[in-house]
Amino acid sequence: MGDLVIKDLHQRFSRDDGSALTAIEHLNLSVSDKEFVCVLGPSGCGKTTLLRIIAGLDTATGGEILLDGERITGPNPKVGIVFQEYSLFPWRSVIDNIAFGLEMQGLARDERYRVAEQYLVLVGLTHFRDSYPSELSGGMRQRVAVARALALDPVVLLMDEPFGALDAQTRNMLQHELLGIWEKTKKTIVFITHSVDEAVFLADRIVVLTPRPGRVCEVFSIDQPRPRDRTSVEFAKVRRLVLDLINQPKCTLQDGLSSKV
Amino acid sequence: MSTSAQNHQNRWLGVLAIVLALIIWGFYSAFIVKDSFLLPGPYDVLIAFIALLNKGILLTDLEVSFIHFGIGLGTALLIGIPIGIAMGWSRRFDAFLDPIIELLRPIPPLAWIPFAIIWFGFTSYSAGFVIFMGAVFPILLNTYSGFRSVPRIYVEAGRMLGCIKNLNLIRYIAFPSALPSVAAGIRIATGVGWMCLVAAELFGVSNYGLGKNLWHYYDLHQMDSVVVYMILLGMIGLLIDMLFRYWIDRQFLKWRTGEVV
Repeated sequence: MGDLVIKDLHQRFSRDDGSALTAIEHLNLSVSDKEFVCVLGPSGCGKTTLLRIIAGLDTATGGEILLDGERITGPNPKVGIVFQEYSLFPWRSVIDNIAFGLEMQGLARDERYRVAEQYLVLVGLTHFRDSYPSELSGGMRQRVAVARALALDPVVLLMDEPFGALDAQTRNMLQHELLGIWEKTKKTIVFITHSVDEAVFLADRIVVLTPRPGRVCEVFSIDQPRPRDRTSVEFAKVRRLVLDLINQPKCTLQDGLSSKV
Repeated sequence: MSTSAQNHQNRWLGVLAIVLALIIWGFYSAFIVKDSFLLPGPYDVLIAFIALLNKGILLTDLEVSFIHFGIGLGTALLIGIPIGIAMGWSRRFDAFLDPIIELLRPIPPLAWIPFAIIWFGFTSYSAGFVIFMGAVFPILLNTYSGFRSVPRIYVEAGRMLGCIKNLNLIRYIAFPSALPSVAAGIRIATGVGWMCLVAAELFGVSNYGLGKNLWHYYDLHQMDSVVVYMILLGMIGLLIDMLFRYWIDRQFLKWRTGEVV
């Protein structure tokens, strides 16, 4: 299962000068099991903050997040993450990166390699089993990062603009592969992006956040069948709709940029 | 011309310089200084070297010096690395120990000789102590800075994969990430420690040793033998450094591109 419920989430950061920055305010969102949700919003709208709280890396100052009814209080093997930056351990080979989580769980060497190899096949990098991250291209590194996150068999996979640093061609290819992986593994995916094109290509639902403080401004369902053709009229139509959505005043106006404590 | 051929040629240039230096040295001592006490020539040194070899003391010297060096470097590793790790990992520990270390660090290692004698007497341990004082700070500080600069993303990726406890984070994430910096510190420490050797053996902690006998032959006014010891000290220092660099390259080149230390 992978039902995610975000209830009235607040996140405030206090600054050195005594003022406070509200990054997230009254954020409510439900993501159902096996759903692919893209969170769309301008830079600085709290997308990454939201993801870090779901991951358990940060603690919200208010509200709660429930995963299958259980409150998330810290990093949790049920939640996997792929970061925007390259986060592979450079001192470990590809297979040892993928097997890292299994090693932490105390699996014997043979057993963890056996599992890790399945994920290596899934992301199509069997030839690079013993390579080191420095020998891989950006796209390959993110593939390994996906495999590493999936190896622990989480129910939710969080992705923080994972393809943001890649060139357009590689990016399109990886989006395509990700959908394939999602169909095979059926995880709940929360995918953060600022690219409308990416969101329309991938998502079941697109969640548009307001600028800081981040709140859910619009939720938009896409029921076009996959694989979606980026050049089709249908695709362009949805893209236009989403663009109109994110450009409407209520989704672009900033309020309460900062307030005194 | 290919670079490898060019490198090859450049290496011969270096050999040529050494040969030239030997010729100039020989010419200068034989025809200008004309006093083998003030400046023994290469031939005098060679004869002295053979004489020392025949006496069979060089090997004992080497052994004794390595014991001193080993004691100093070994304790420097045993003490420097854990303290460096603790200070690099915990801000509190850093704040606690930093002032003491900054106060002790500028004291030249040789200034510890009086206390070395008082505390350890005329034993190998007092020579080891002086070498320790030279070697411990580079190891400590490099370990510290290596741990300080562990990218946050690796720690977070580790936590998301079930590496939660501090001890595990240090062992599986921070230490491997900091290892190139630690190794660079050890390399500097071997250099500094080796340089302290002559002074550490100066005050009569042993009957043998490269430094000890350098002073002994100076007392006997056998400057040709002094030069033998000087050259040996230099060559062995170089050898230690080369072995260490070879080890580092083998260890890290596979995951780090470019020069490590």
